[in-house]
Parts: sequence; C-alpha cells; structure tokens
Amino acid sequence: MGICIVLFSSLSQSRSSYIFRILNSTGAAERMTKLSALVAAVSLLPILCFSFSPENPTDRRVLVLLDDLSLKSSHSIFFNSLKSRGFDLDFKLADDPKLSLQRYGQYLYDALILFTPSTDRFGGSLDLAGVLDFVDSGHDLILAADASASDLIRNIATECGVDFDEDSSAMVIDHKSYAVTETEGDHTLIVSDDYIQSDVILGSTKVESPILYKGIAHSLNAANSLVLKVLSASPSAYSANPSSKLSNPPLLIGSAISLVSVVQARNNARIMITGSLDMFSNRLLRSGVQKAGDSNKYSKSGNEQFVTELSKWVFHERGHLKAVNLRHHKVGETDEPAIYRINDNLEFSVQIYEWSGKSWGPYVANDVQVQFYMMSPYVLKTLFTDQKGLYHTSFKVPDVYGVFQFKVEYQRLGYTSLSLSKQIPVRPFKHNEYERFITTAFPYYGASFITMAGFFIFSIFYLYNK
Amino acid sequence: MPIIVISVGNRFVYVPANKPQCPISTKESLPLHRLLETYKTKAPYSLTLSLPLDIYFQLKSVTHFWPSMAAAAETSSQRTLRNAFGSVLAFFILLLIGVLAFSIRLFSVIKYESVIHEFDPYFNYRVTQFLTKNGIYDFWNWFDDRTWYPLGRVIGGTVYPGLTLTAGTIWRILNSLNIPLSVETVCVFTAPIFSAFASWATYLLTKEVKGAGAGLTAAVLLAMVPSYISRSVAGSYDNEAVAIFALIFTFYLYIKTLNTGSLFYATLNAIAYFYMVCSWGGYTFIINLIPMHVLLCIVTGRYSSRLYIAYAPLVVLGTLLASLVPVVGFNAVMTSEHFASFLVFIVIHVVALVYYIKGILSAKMFKVAVTLVVSIGLVVCCAVIAVLIALVASSPTMGWSGRSLSLLDPTYASKYIPIIASVSEHQPPTWPSYFMDINVLAFLVPAGIIACFLPLSDASSFVILYIVTSVYFSGVMVRLMLVLAPAACIMSGIALSQAFDVFTRSIKFQLPGISGKSEVDAGETSSSSVVAENDAAKPDKSEETLKERPSRKNKKKEKGQVEKANVEKNSTKSKIEKRLLVLPLEASVIALLLLVFLGAFYVVHCVWAAAEAYSAPSIVLTSHSNDGLHVFDDFREAYAWLRHNTEVDDKVASWWDYGYQTTAMANRTVIVDNNTWNNTHIATVGTAMSSPEKAAWEIFNSLDVKYVLVVFGGLVGYPSDDINKFLWMVRIGGGVFPHIKEPDYLRDGQYRIDSQATPTMLNCLMYKLSYYRFVDSDGKGFDRVRRTEIGKKYIKLTHFEEVFTTHHWMVRIYKLKPPKNRIRGKTKKSKSKTSTTSSSRKSGARKKNPWH
Repeated sequence: MGICIVLFSSLSQSRSSYIFRILNSTGAAERMTKLSALVAAVSLLPILCFSFSPENPTDRRVLVLLDDLSLKSSHSIFFNSLKSRGFDLDFKLADDPKLSLQRYGQYLYDALILFTPSTDRFGGSLDLAGVLDFVDSGHDLILAADASASDLIRNIATECGVDFDEDSSAMVIDHKSYAVTETEGDHTLIVSDDYIQSDVILGSTKVESPILYKGIAHSLNAANSLVLKVLSASPSAYSANPSSKLSNPPLLIGSAISLVSVVQARNNARIMITGSLDMFSNRLLRSGVQKAGDSNKYSKSGNEQFVTELSKWVFHERGHLKAVNLRHHKVGETDEPAIYRINDNLEFSVQIYEWSGKSWGPYVANDVQVQFYMMSPYVLKTLFTDQKGLYHTSFKVPDVYGVFQFKVEYQRLGYTSLSLSKQIPVRPFKHNEYERFITTAFPYYGASFITMAGFFIFSIFYLYNK
Repeated sequence: MPIIVISVGNRFVYVPANKPQCPISTKESLPLHRLLETYKTKAPYSLTLSLPLDIYFQLKSVTHFWPSMAAAAETSSQRTLRNAFGSVLAFFILLLIGVLAFSIRLFSVIKYESVIHEFDPYFNYRVTQFLTKNGIYDFWNWFDDRTWYPLGRVIGGTVYPGLTLTAGTIWRILNSLNIPLSVETVCVFTAPIFSAFASWATYLLTKEVKGAGAGLTAAVLLAMVPSYISRSVAGSYDNEAVAIFALIFTFYLYIKTLNTGSLFYATLNAIAYFYMVCSWGGYTFIINLIPMHVLLCIVTGRYSSRLYIAYAPLVVLGTLLASLVPVVGFNAVMTSEHFASFLVFIVIHVVALVYYIKGILSAKMFKVAVTLVVSIGLVVCCAVIAVLIALVASSPTMGWSGRSLSLLDPTYASKYIPIIASVSEHQPPTWPSYFMDINVLAFLVPAGIIACFLPLSDASSFVILYIVTSVYFSGVMVRLMLVLAPAACIMSGIALSQAFDVFTRSIKFQLPGISGKSEVDAGETSSSSVVAENDAAKPDKSEETLKERPSRKNKKKEKGQVEKANVEKNSTKSKIEKRLLVLPLEASVIALLLLVFLGAFYVVHCVWAAAEAYSAPSIVLTSHSNDGLHVFDDFREAYAWLRHNTEVDDKVASWWDYGYQTTAMANRTVIVDNNTWNNTHIATVGTAMSSPEKAAWEIFNSLDVKYVLVVFGGLVGYPSDDINKFLWMVRIGGGVFPHIKEPDYLRDGQYRIDSQATPTMLNCLMYKLSYYRFVDSDGKGFDRVRRTEIGKKYIKLTHFEEVFTTHHWMVRIYKLKPPKNRIRGKTKKSKSKTSTTSSSRKSGARKKNPWH
C-alpha cells in the first residue's frame, strides 16, 4: 500500500520535483538490489506523504511571506496550530531576494500565506503573475491585507474576484457593533458574527463567540459564482477613513461589506482573502470580546476557532471529494461495452469519497445525479447510495442514437466540484436486430405469396392448355 | 421461327420476327436462301408494307442488311474473313482505348504521388478501409461516432455503397490472388480502371445505335474527354468514377434490349441499374430519361413489344432492387423523382392493352371498346392522379429533394438552400467551361444529332433525348457536365464516323485505279458498313450518299427519302449517276484533313487538361515561380500534427469542407463534414465562425470542441481558403440563426477585409483566427489572395490560443482556452500591472509556435 502511494504521488502530481530526482538517482544506481531500492522507497515514504496529490489532497508545505519577522511571534498561535496539524511552514520575508515558488518548473510549496499587506513588490522572481500562476496550478492561498494594503496585494485580490475598498485609507467602521474596549476608540475594531452557513467551510462545531475584526472592507461581485462571503459586516458598518470627516457617503456600506471571503477556483484551488491581518494575531485571538450594546461578554473571541477551521478548509483538510470508478454496463453483464444500442438497459455506478484530513471516507448524500447527455440531458437520474461511497442507478438508453456522455456534475457549497464525463456512443439497431416478421404485416405476406402462387398456376395454364 | 419477308423492288429480305432490326449475317442467309427462293414463288409471306414505316427504314439503315441473297452467296467466304479481320482489329483497338483511358489518368500519380485526392474521396477511402477490415455486415451497420459529433452518422444507411464495394471486392480478389496491394492503392486506381470500362461501354452503346465504327470513335473520344478525366484521375476516388460506367452500361443494355427484345438483356439491364443505384445519386437521371424515351416512342407510334420488354422489367425489377440499397430504401417508391417511371409504366400497359385488343377485335368492335376504355380509363386516371397529387402535396418540398428541385428551377438553390448553392460544383457553368470540358465535341454534337435523325430509330432517338436532357442539366449545374460528356462523345463519335465514311468513300470512287477494284475494297471502308460493290449495292450506295447530303444542307430531303426508296424499286443507276452523288475529291481530301486536325487538336487539349488542369490532388499544391517549384504540403502537415498531438477523443471544428479529411487523415472527431444531411448543425458551425470570439467559444464549448481548424491562403495566395468561403458560412448560419445577418458583413454590398470592412466582419472569429499574427509575417499584413492590406492588424485572442500553424500558414489550428480559473473582480486600477500580466502571457503564447 505504501508503495502504491509512492508511485501515485510521484507520477500523478507534478509538485514533488525533488522526489523525482531522488527516485531517479536510485534508479540510476542500477546495481542496487531490488530490496535496497524498496527500502529506500519506504524510507522516502514520510516525505512523499507530505506532498500534495489527488490521493492525499491536504497541503503540506506552506510558504509564509511576512513583511516583518516580528509577525512570526505576534501571530504565533495561528502558525502553531498549523504546525501542530502537520504543516511544514517556511517563513520568509517578502523582499527576500532568493524568493522563489518553483524550481525547475516544479512548485516547491503547496500553499502560500501572504501576510504582507504593505509589500509593493516581492523579492526574487515572484510577482503578481507568479502568485496567480501558483493558484492556477491548483495551489492554495491565504491573503491578509490591512489598512496599509499595497497595490500588489489589492491586485492579487482583484484577480481573484475580491475588490478592496479603493480608498486606501478607509477602514471598516461600525458604530453599533464595535468591540467594547477600555478606550472609546474610533470603532474600527468591530465585532461580527454573520458567518456563512456551511459546516463544510467552518467546521461542524459552531463558532460561539463573535469575531473581532480590524481592517479594511472588500466587496464581491454578485455575478461571480466562485467567491463566497464567509464573514460579512453588520448592516450598520461602513467603510471610510476614520481620521477624517466624511465628505461623501461611503461606497461600501452594510452587509455588502465582506470581511472574510473565500474563493474556490475552477481547478479547486482555494483562496482565503481578508482585509484584516490583525484577525490572525495573538492579541485578537486571545482577547475577550463584548459587543457594544450587548451584555454578553465572551472571555475569548471566536477568532481562533474561526481562522483554524477556515484554514483547514483552505488547505483541503475538509470538503474535498473525489469520484472514482465511473462504471457502466448492460443489465445482466459486467463488462463495459464500447457502444450501446438504443433502448438498452444499463447500470451506472460511481464511487465518491470524501477526504477527512487523514484518510478517504465514504461521502454520503442523496442528491448526486447522473446525466445521459448529448447536447442536453436525455436522462437525469438521482443516484442511490449504499452509504459506503458507491452510487449507482440503472436506466434505459433513450431511443436516440448519437454520441452520449455520462455526466456527473456535483457542486455543493464548500465541497470541491466534481465534474466527470465519459463518452459513449449509442447506435441504432443493426439490420438483423429488427423483428423478422411483424404480425400486422401478415396480410401483405399472404398477398405476396398468393400472387406468386397465382402467377405460377396461371403460367401453367397458359403454357400447357392450348 | 416465324419469318417476316419484305419485298423491296424485286429483292427479298427476311428478318426473324422477334428481332426485326437484327441484320442477317451472311452465315445465316445461306441455308435460308433456298427457302426464300421458294417463298418468292409462293410469296405467302410477302408483307410488303405491313410493317410500320420506321422499322422499314431501320432495316434499310443497317447497311449490310441490304445485300441480295445472290451477292451474299457469292462473296460470303471472303466477307467472313473480312469480318473476322475487322473484329480482331476492333478488339485490339478497344484494348488500346482501354490502355489510353487508363494511362491518361495517371498524370496525377506521376507528377505528384499515389494519393487520394480532394475531400469526398477521403471519406470513401475511409469507408473502404473499414469495409476491408470489418467485412460487409459491419459496414452495413456501421454507426460512425467520429463525424457529426455528437449526432454521429449511420454510414451504412447513408452512403451509396457501390464504389466502396467495388474497390473492396477488387482488393479482396487481388489479395486472394496473393497480390498484396494496399487498400489505398486499389482506391487510387479504381477510377482509371473504370474509365476504361466506361469507354468500352460507350463502344457497345454507340455500336447499338450506329454501328461499330461510330462505336470505336465514341470510345476513343470518351477515353480522353476532359470532363470525365476531371472526375476520374488516379486518386479521385469518388462515386462518379464508377457511376459513369454504370450509367453508360445501363443505357447500353436498355438499347440492346430495345433492339433485340430479349428478356435476358432486360434482366441484365435491371441489374446494371441496380449497380448504378448503388453507386450514385445520379441514378434518377436514368429512371427519368428512360421513361421519357418510352413515352416518346409511344407518342410517335413506335410502340412495340420490344419496347415493353425493355421497359417493364426495368421498372419492376429495378425498383425492387433499388429499394434494397439502404440509402434509397423507400425513396424508390416515395419520392417524386421516381413517379415519372411509374406513370409511364401505367401508360405503357394501357397502350399494350389497346394494341392487344385492337388485334383481337374487329374495327367496329374496337371503336366501341375504345370509347369504353377511354371513359373508364379517364376515371381511373383521375383517381390515380388525385392520389398522386395528394401524396406529393403532403410533403413540404412537393416530394422533390433540394438537388432535384434546383435542377428543374436553376434559381431554386440560390434562393432557398445556401448549403447547396455554396458548393462550387453546384453552380451553373460558364461558357469557357464547356470548351474546357468537352472541347471540339461541342461543335460535333449538332452534326451527330443530325446523323441520328437519318434515319431515326428507337436507339438513335434515345441518344438524341439523352444529349438534349444532359445539355440542359449541365447548364444548371457544372457537376452534371459529367453526364453530358458521354452523350457528347457518342454524338461526336457518330458524326465523325459518318463524316469519315462519306469522305473516304468519295475519295475511293474518284481515285483513278482504285475504282476498278472498288468492288472489293469498298467493304473495308469502315468496319461499320460492309458495302458490297455490285448491282445490288448500288442503290444502297446512292441511298447513303443521299442520306449524307441533307445532313449538310438541310433536312428537307429527309422526307423525300420515302419516295426515293420507292423510286429506287426499279432503279438501274449507272456509275455516272453515282458520281454525281459523291463529294468532289478535293473537298473530301481537305475535309478529311480538317477532321484529322480537329481530332488532333482534341487529343492535344485532352492531354494538356489531364496533365495540367485536372491532376492536382488539391491536398498537395505546387506552384512555379522564378526560383523554381514550390510544394505546399500544409494540409497533411496539419492533419499529421492533429493526429500526433491531440487526444484520440478530441473534437476538431472546421468548416465542413475539411471534415472528411480530418476524420480520414487525422483520425479525429469532427463536428460537421462534407455530407450535408443536417443543415442546422452546419449552420451552428457557420454561426460560430461568424460570431465574436466569446459567443463562438460558447458554441464550440457546448459542442465539446477542443480545436478549431481554419484554412488561410493569404500568405501564399491560395484562393479557396476560409475567408473566401466565409460569406457562405454567414449565409448558411443566418439561414437558421437569424441574428447573423449578411449585410452586417458587407460594406455597401461589397465583401472586403481591409480597413473599410465592417466592425462585425473585423470582430468575427473567422477573421481573427485567419489573420491572428498575420502582420508578423511581412510587417504590413498584405493578403495575397484578396490583394489588399488587412483591416485589423493586431489581433488579441481572448478565448482561443494558437497551437499550430503550418509552414505556409495554410492551415492554422487553435485551441479553445479552458474557462478562466478565477473570475476577476470589477476594479480596474493600476493598469500598468495588469498590462504586464497580459503581455507576459502573450509572449508565452507566442513561444508556442516553434515554426516561426
């Protein structure tokens, strides 16, 4: 089993470049016995397991870019929770001249945390396009900005579908649901408990205490189906410069303001974007929270649970599905045919598993559907599940020939989207598959035979009866 | 055997009653000669005028029918020898004609290579491969999922299988003889082989009409008529290659049946018709022309039992057989194309019945019967016609297919069916194309028609009908020039052979020294007419000369022949009189020379046409320029790229012209191909090509298309590229999807691609894909086909990316970009940053074409 994982992880995913090189070197040393090769492979197993692969979708190697190394200690709770979950964090300064996400065309990291709100340009070879390509090749990203967010950070967010408030000095202000502190302040440390309703994203345990937030606002395009508002501001919030008087009505107000958003790209790469770096800080994670006008005082803010659970989702520890073994065959047979005939009865099955962070378990739902599709679905059936990950159904091929597809399109909030299709042609009847004799045509058969016989008799009469 | 004896003058001739046209062979005449002598004394069978006039003239027209019995007895041994010699000579001539027909079509193999040509042949080739690999039943039931994605095509039920089966059979036979030829080789050479067969069939047909001499001439002409060469050069593996042979052979068997009245030939005729139905949709020409001829014969009072035997079995057996071909099926009884034959079938039975009743009833009774039958018949006819009209009217196109309608109304296609009009071979021909395709035959045809009228027989009237209808059809559709070509060859063959006949005879009479021996030599003048020079032959001789003369003056004397023939009863013409009837020696010699020149010119033209005009395979192109020969092999380069660099199940979209080639050469699934059975599907692709990029991407994506292939000739000046075909895409697309409007693509009614072009034109997908990066080639973007600079030089593609462009840019392949991984936000600021992003991506895309 371990060997299997080795092969899978090294062959199927491109991230593990150095593993390739190690394997190659072992391969080059052909004198080595099989056994030693096996030992080497087994000894490599722990390293290999850390790499991202379809078999093991959780991120392992995370690059954390910081403006200032002091963040490492001021946000240590968050980082430690990651480390304790097995992540391999690599802290670097944003302007590190040797900064590089990839080497020899292979990515060195599985995920990126950008805690660099004020960086105007990265060091080394990394730039805006580099970050976006990183995401587009299926890697995850956590991006936190704050009031000093640079153009670079804003552009990354924009490219992902999140628009930070264009006013660079604006912050989210809420005069009603601000956090009660010793000093009155300018009400920029706000409290929010308007979460997205999704157990997949935020975990099954409800976040009890509200979230403390201090940072800038962003908005989402409603037409953008990939981006989700995870934490939104209260209806009384607005985005403006707290130190100056409002001359114009603020552009971003109320619950249109998103505080934390997540994006699941089409390739299932996950991105978390927030306008508050402080949200992750030890200070806010540890502090108690009391919402203005609310007598409830929580001893600890919900931030820790919130960011931990959200990071689990972002780093694919939760909500990751895979569909395998898409099979179909005629009723009563087991082999998959190359072509179906119209009106055949077929059985279809697919296995869907969910990643629990450590292992694959069955995914149980009652809303998985299969389409038998040729430009439009001809058959649409909900699949039955055996609670062990197997989904199956049977149906009759429509009376239309053509090139069909079995399609499973499964998109649920928080889960990675499943999109499977398998092409299968459907042919009409062969010449010898029709009925030989049709009952209703018997008068015609009779007529033709009678005519033949009649002609025969007539010929005999005519020829020999002169 | 019943014998009909006709007395003309004081000579008696006889014919077997069942084949009155069949000339007596000398062999046969010997034992019967005595018989006839006795008949002469008793003369009970002397039915001088009881035969219809036309048969009488038919008898006369066959020259060696005439010799008197005495003459026949006299020179029989000598003539047998001569006939045998003539037959052997004719055999070798025919053999050489076959070699000529085959070898003149090999230019394409010698100049290029042994390769399948053009578009449709690739499909036929692919089907043949399938047939040879999987056998006939799998071929019959073949559902092809690689074309017309996602609809697929039931190949077995939608192709004319004749060509494929023929080539497959040839391949199988060769393989069983341990001659391991590849399927491709067999396919390449099928057309030349069958054109040799077609020449022989022409010989047979013309021989039935006007004798062996005309037959040989027609065969030679057909062997190298450019129109036919254009469709049957080696590699042009298309239905027409075998269909023309089948067409001529069917006509030959029809005429043969008509001349002999033999059921054997009638059955063969039905089988030949079946082969034609298998081979080509043009079989409707046969099933309409033959009824027309039958009707003509009936109307002109030429009804005979031979006509009935020639026609009735053909309709019954032919229709039964035709409906066995899957692609025809019930069309053989359901569509209007076939109704004419059924109507005439009814008519001929009515006529037969009338003749029969006339024979058994007295004149008075017959009159009563006629009134009875006519009144009942009218009622029945009305009922039948009403049913027919109801049937026809129930279908939207009145039961006619689009192609047939465009034959009857030449403007039909251009008005209603752009998909038919868009095919260049469906356009009406220009005048020069007549000269190009049938050359001098165009001038000889009228002479041939006149020769066919002298005298008019059943056979020659058929040929006249054939030429008249085919001239009309060729005027409608340039493709049907192919049907005209055999008719023109037959007519010209008749004309040439008759002219040679007259001139050589005139010379022979007048040449001193030969005239004395002319009795012996005259028989050799041509293999068609063995003329015996003796007393008996004299009137015949003058008769023939007379026949020739009106053909050059006018037809006035044609009528006079009847009297002439009677006058000749007691004629004792002297040689002096005969001399007046032949042409002057000088005129004959000069005319002969001119005719030879004409023939030589024809040969030169045909060879030129075969070598230069019609031998290009059109997948490999060549051009001569100052620095030598250029070979453009871009098509195969592109298809090879597709075959090696794309997934097996990837779908390739292109305009339908390239569908067959893509499936056959690249082995990739196509959306539309050259088989135009689904207008909407083609219109979808047309719409995509004429839409802006995003809309086009959506259409293509909904069809699972991965790659888009466009053909672009602007760099090397290849005129039949997609930009030149583009208006058809707009028209066909707009015919189904009305938001595509042709005027949007035209500036003041003009189709242009320069800076004056309309924005719709400049933004449509086809324009962008054709001219993407074109300005990089020469810095100006000068299109060498349209001879202008392009209107939009710097084109940015957002939804497509270039993946391959061939060496001469003739084929460009683009890939559909996947949907964006992320959706951008709305904010548009700090442009400098975003532009660097896009430029870096563009440079990335640019790197991908390693060829430039």
